[in-house]
Amino acid sequence: MQQIFNFLYKNSIFLLFLLLLGISLIFTIQSHSYHRSRAVSSANAVSGYVYEQVNNIKAYFNLREQNQALAFENARLQSLLYNTQDTANRPEIKIDPAFADYKVIQGKVIKNAFSRQKNYLTLNIGYNDGVRKDMGVLSSRGVVGYIEQTSANYATVISVLNKDFRLGAKIKKNNHFGTLTWNGKNTGYAQLTDVPRLAEVTVGDTIVTGAESTIFPENIPIGTIYKVNRNTVTNYFELDIKLFNDMTSLDYIYIVENKHRDEIIKLEEATTPTTTK
Amino acid sequence: MNSTVLVNIFRFIGLLTLQVMVLNHINLFGFLNPYPYILFILLFPVNGNRAALLVSAFFLGLCVDMFLDTSGPHAAACVVLAYVRRNYFKLAFGVSFEYQTIKINDRLSPERFSFILMCIVTHHLILYLLEVFNLGLIFSTLLNALYTTIFTLIISLIVIYLIKPAKE
Repeated sequence: MQQIFNFLYKNSIFLLFLLLLGISLIFTIQSHSYHRSRAVSSANAVSGYVYEQVNNIKAYFNLREQNQALAFENARLQSLLYNTQDTANRPEIKIDPAFADYKVIQGKVIKNAFSRQKNYLTLNIGYNDGVRKDMGVLSSRGVVGYIEQTSANYATVISVLNKDFRLGAKIKKNNHFGTLTWNGKNTGYAQLTDVPRLAEVTVGDTIVTGAESTIFPENIPIGTIYKVNRNTVTNYFELDIKLFNDMTSLDYIYIVENKHRDEIIKLEEATTPTTTK
Repeated sequence: MNSTVLVNIFRFIGLLTLQVMVLNHINLFGFLNPYPYILFILLFPVNGNRAALLVSAFFLGLCVDMFLDTSGPHAAACVVLAYVRRNYFKLAFGVSFEYQTIKINDRLSPERFSFILMCIVTHHLILYLLEVFNLGLIFSTLLNALYTTIFTLIISLIVIYLIKPAKE
């Protein structure tokens, strides 16, 4: 017994080192296994508060660009409005808010990241504002990511630029489905994999979110085809997609909630296990 | 509470704040961020309590992990660095380092430079290998670690010169 105590005392520093290293390695490995959520994230009161303060200061430096972006979006929406056919005689469509499929919440990115393999954003709204896990995040230009974790007042987002990101997407003109992923190399480009060989693809085609996504509404813009590659093993297309969003400068974003998501997932789980989000 | 403890607590908070508020947002060439917060581990008193160093290094790394959403790699790299620091002292300053009064934040000598360099290389290698966690990307990982090492080294030397205590 005495010897055990002596051993513990002599090697106490080494044992402490092993303990701390073990804890941090467990955290690391946990974060790399896909379905487990991370033990430490920036969606907590301390880091959320700090990032919010930093962002409050930084926001003054790009007011002009934000104004321009808003004016641009307004112009786009106005052109949609004026170009609708025969607005006077169209029967008015009334959607009862209780039956609407999607709910939109407005938020702001207070921490952006794009320099690593797994990038997460932090938002200034959280559980108290109605944000839940796996809600879609998009900007006026297109898809940004989806919610990973929430705290009372903050939320973290898995960005499109994250190797764990998966999203069902399709080619707009012919509705061929694929999976949107990121290979971790270039912040301006994502990859659309598993597009069948019989699909007709040309450089410049628009990619939008697919109907099978339970997170995003259909036809949200993502990007355009930049380069067509063929996977020599599976013979599927692997397309490089130039993103509409500049992921390196994000500010105001929208969060969409699909009110039928739980129902769809329950139904799909009862039928087949699915992996695409 | 003596002044060394206070200085180290102040250094912990100061370097963490600097790292989180300023240096994480540099993104040089789109992807490079220096990590000079490890200066806390380097500047910790040579004959200070090793257990205290290990624990504080762990929490320092964990805080940076929390802010960067990386969960783990920074804490692991910091703990390893805190543990091997003693061996690097031996390598850089000779076996009898304990009896000398080593001050890292002083005029830059070859010994000090090699010590700082070894520490940064160790930390960054572990950090990048754990963060990417993919042997298929080992080449780009090592390249990234190299670039960041250079960047961190430069920033660290600047920080050391800036916070060099005034001559008494």
